[in-house]
Amino acid sequence: MIDREQVLHVARLARLRLDEAEVEKMAGELSGILEHVDRIGELDLDGVEPTSHVVELENVLRPDRPRPSWPRDVVLEPAPDPADGAFRAPSPQADSQ
Amino acid sequence: MSGLLELTVAEAAGRIAAGEIAAGEYFDAWRAAAAGDELNAYLWRAEDGVEGTGGPLAGIPVAVKDIFCTEGVPTTAGSRILAGYAPPYTSTAVRRLGEAGARVLGKTNMDEFAMGSSSENSAFGPVLNPWDRGRVPGGSSGGSAAAVGGGLAPCAIGTDTGGSIRQPASLCGIVGLKPTYGAISRYGMIAFASSLDQCGALTRDVTDAALLLAALQGRDPCDSTSVGIEGGVEAPSREDLKGLRFAVPGELARDAIDSGVRAVFEATLETIERLGGAITEAPLPHAEHGISAYYVIAPAEASSNLARYDGVRYGMRAEGAGDLTEMYEKTRAEGFGAEVKRRIMLGTYVLSSGYYDAYYGRAQRVRTKIASDFAAAFAEFDFVVTPTSPSVAFGLGEKTDDPLAMYMSDFFTVPMSLAGLPAISIPAGLAEPDGGGPRLPVGFQIVAPAFAEQRLLEAAFALEREIGFDAKPGEGAGG
Amino acid sequence: MAELEAVIGLEIHVQLSTRTKMFCGCELSFGDQPNVHTCPVCLAHPGVLPAPNEEAIRYALQIAVALECEVAPRSIFHRKNYFYPDNPKAYQISQYDIPLATGGRLDDIRIHRVHLEEDAAKMIHVGESGRIHGSGASLVDFNRGGTPLVEIVTEPDLRSAAEASEWARLLRTTVRQLGVSDVNMEEGSLRCDANVSVRPAGSEELGVKTELKNMNSFRFLERGIEAELARQQELIGAGAAVVQETLHFDPRGVTLTSLRSKEEAHDYRYFPEPDLVPLAPTEQMLHEARGSLPELPAARIERYREEMGLPPEAAAQLAADPEAAVYFERAAGAAAGVEPRVVANWVTGELAAALRQEGGEAGATGSKVEPEALAALVVMVQEKRISHGSGKTVLAALVAEGGEPGAIVEREGLAQISDSGELEAIVATAVDANPEAAAQIRAGNGRAIGAIVGAVMRETKGRADGAEVNRLIRDRLGV
Ligand SMILES: [Mg+2]
Ligand SMILES: [Zn+2]
Repeated sequence: MIDREQVLHVARLARLRLDEAEVEKMAGELSGILEHVDRIGELDLDGVEPTSHVVELENVLRPDRPRPSWPRDVVLEPAPDPADGAFRAPSPQADSQ
Repeated sequence: MSGLLELTVAEAAGRIAAGEIAAGEYFDAWRAAAAGDELNAYLWRAEDGVEGTGGPLAGIPVAVKDIFCTEGVPTTAGSRILAGYAPPYTSTAVRRLGEAGARVLGKTNMDEFAMGSSSENSAFGPVLNPWDRGRVPGGSSGGSAAAVGGGLAPCAIGTDTGGSIRQPASLCGIVGLKPTYGAISRYGMIAFASSLDQCGALTRDVTDAALLLAALQGRDPCDSTSVGIEGGVEAPSREDLKGLRFAVPGELARDAIDSGVRAVFEATLETIERLGGAITEAPLPHAEHGISAYYVIAPAEASSNLARYDGVRYGMRAEGAGDLTEMYEKTRAEGFGAEVKRRIMLGTYVLSSGYYDAYYGRAQRVRTKIASDFAAAFAEFDFVVTPTSPSVAFGLGEKTDDPLAMYMSDFFTVPMSLAGLPAISIPAGLAEPDGGGPRLPVGFQIVAPAFAEQRLLEAAFALEREIGFDAKPGEGAGG
Repeated sequence: MAELEAVIGLEIHVQLSTRTKMFCGCELSFGDQPNVHTCPVCLAHPGVLPAPNEEAIRYALQIAVALECEVAPRSIFHRKNYFYPDNPKAYQISQYDIPLATGGRLDDIRIHRVHLEEDAAKMIHVGESGRIHGSGASLVDFNRGGTPLVEIVTEPDLRSAAEASEWARLLRTTVRQLGVSDVNMEEGSLRCDANVSVRPAGSEELGVKTELKNMNSFRFLERGIEAELARQQELIGAGAAVVQETLHFDPRGVTLTSLRSKEEAHDYRYFPEPDLVPLAPTEQMLHEARGSLPELPAARIERYREEMGLPPEAAAQLAADPEAAVYFERAAGAAAGVEPRVVANWVTGELAAALRQEGGEAGATGSKVEPEALAALVVMVQEKRISHGSGKTVLAALVAEGGEPGAIVEREGLAQISDSGELEAIVATAVDANPEAAAQIRAGNGRAIGAIVGAVMRETKGRADGAEVNRLIRDRLGV
């Protein structure tokens, strides 16, 4: 149901590098799960509103009052590659962009 | 010392308040117990004792699932990608426990990012069931359940997204309470599936669960979806179930349940009747589709929630990656375990262009149907009851190669999560596994309408008292 | 070949000038050291949750109402998922299928939608990072990350680059007048992207569009659109097709470079943000938004033209600058008996010129010339108490030192010569001193009169009324 190509496409969207064995295994496992999930395709759900939330709240807002920000050394402390007071990341290369 | 460990949290808190026990002495006794962890229940344990705390939980040690951020203390959610991460802030749940006087005894092991039903998906090794070390404790709050069930902590907190408190509580012979979605702040609780995740308690008895809930619940300005429980929570005291109506959903009960579990469940129904409660079979027609809806909605939200682990601001970054995309892909490939990858893939797929309506949109509509089934049931009944888990604890490795079989462990717990309802699992007896072997704990699940936690606790308290479950691990159990 | 018509729509991002970010309490800043305005929320640490800023909602509603939009009774936030280092959660919280407001207009251009979202962080690209085969690196500064943004999307109603930039200026003026943003294109608090396509004139269908980004001034906006229109027309003229893509404007060479090719088109996997509850503006909120609206430029232009009789250019010029408009209205109100048109001419003409001469950056409002003083001056000129030329002298003095025009006239002896005998004598002397000019005037060359008028004015230091001097010269020469 889900083929290799789809697995690779989704893995790329999710920024996950899968090796050959993982791709094969993933295709089979996802297909199996979705086959089960597809049973909800048989339900009559016409006119049923989707639920994305079970809480019945609206307009939960915060006053525009500043709170102290965090010391820079604290926020940079867990960074894998801090540089010049910033978080450093590799550049997106033109050919992979 | 061992006498101290026999006390329930309520008893210990009472004695500490009365000055009969020193808070520090009590905490130290539990630190010593936790140090003997042979179940891989803990990922981190408190090194210091406590002094000078006050409040209703003064000096009470709490084992905290490693999904709750605790400032300066390693918090990994069981993942390699967060190995070594110590958050710069503390979750609201842990902060509230601290304000009530409780202290973190340790951080407990868990399925990576709470994805699993066996606690085998931890990057730091599986948790073992205190009743049988060849078996799983359930998951994903398996470390918390094993710690309480195995005498390594007096109480614990965990998170429940589709059963992750109730199912391990059931498999470890303890009480597991999942409150209504919104009862406890999610701030600082590492997100798995945001619309389902809820903090809850794993305790020896119902009274202790009430005690923790009372401290944990409340509206939090840091969590827009938090509400709290109006009127708070009190220690339950009800002794009968007279006039209360219990619904047994036929749709759930007829599915595959181990015979031993079924026997304990039916015996418990009789206990309810003995206490004056009325049992009726009632329809919950869409509950059986809970697993399908859940395994669309939860992975979808998870795929987004886990996208922040990208090797830029904190956590792991793969070595030797060239460009940005390669860094992302390698970091996430090396940082996440198989189940997490599987769910990220599943969630990304169901949200991707062309599939949203067929999967995510439909699953949300099924969610609506399940919630309205419950609403209809609660128009007539006070509670819905089910077994907590279709089986007793299963063997380590038994389901790791069959994701769908593993997912089915949550068959009875997922519908309540989708509807956001409060549910509790209490130990109801022991049963042999279907394949034979020593008898293991069986949990009984009670479900109440949203924010009817007090009603739920009262009924569970009365039932617990009548059941009188007092079996302990290690008595005839392998291990 | 049929003539091609430009079809342009704009997408404008406006940074709101709230005190704090959209979802956390970090203060907004510009130009500070990197990463000094951050916290676990805006760095997307594990477990954090967004808490929406009520002032941002208020500002966004004001913009929606000012653009005559229909405000949605209940709008929701979505997650827009994509990986990039400037996007710490790997999703942007934005409004998607139910935006805050839809269907408005400004001038003749229809507004498609107005929605709320959060800004990305700033990335600085630097050179070699020392990585094995890395070509370079980016430094990420999260100070800007999470700034509240309002995105305004027009219908494709604009028909030329000039019209687009003119309309964008009107939008800027409108938003500036609301006081909800600095709307500074150079600093990025106003950012304008353009969707550009061409089609045969008269056609209703839309051609393939390209999206232009990175035009950080109105001039560049106009040039960018012009360049892209020319490129598309050339392509179509050569029988080729326009490819849908995003183009990056480079002001140095006025070139456009493709950002991503079409197969890389993003799949944002939008889904409702489970961490936030719906936004349902109450009557009270809408009432406040409407009540806080100042008169907006379009309405003001209309009033200046219709009720005050201003010529279109002066009306537009004054209405475009809220401060100048207020100044003008105060001056016009103080100048009893003088037409507002005349006052407007002084404000946009003589005063603006005098201020430019002075070299200051301040407009009329910031100058030493009180609107009441300007009004008094205009009245004196209108009543011929001083000449127009003296009026300019007085104005220069007012610009330099402020004060009362009457006092300056007195001090400088600028009151018009009202004694006709005195003036006649000066005229006679001037005619005698310029025999050549006199002969030419007599011969019918009316323009030669300027030399004699000039001599009279020099003699009177400009205190004579020009028309009167003209009349006296002609009388004397009998023409
Ligand atoms: Mg946008
Ligand atoms: Zn912040």
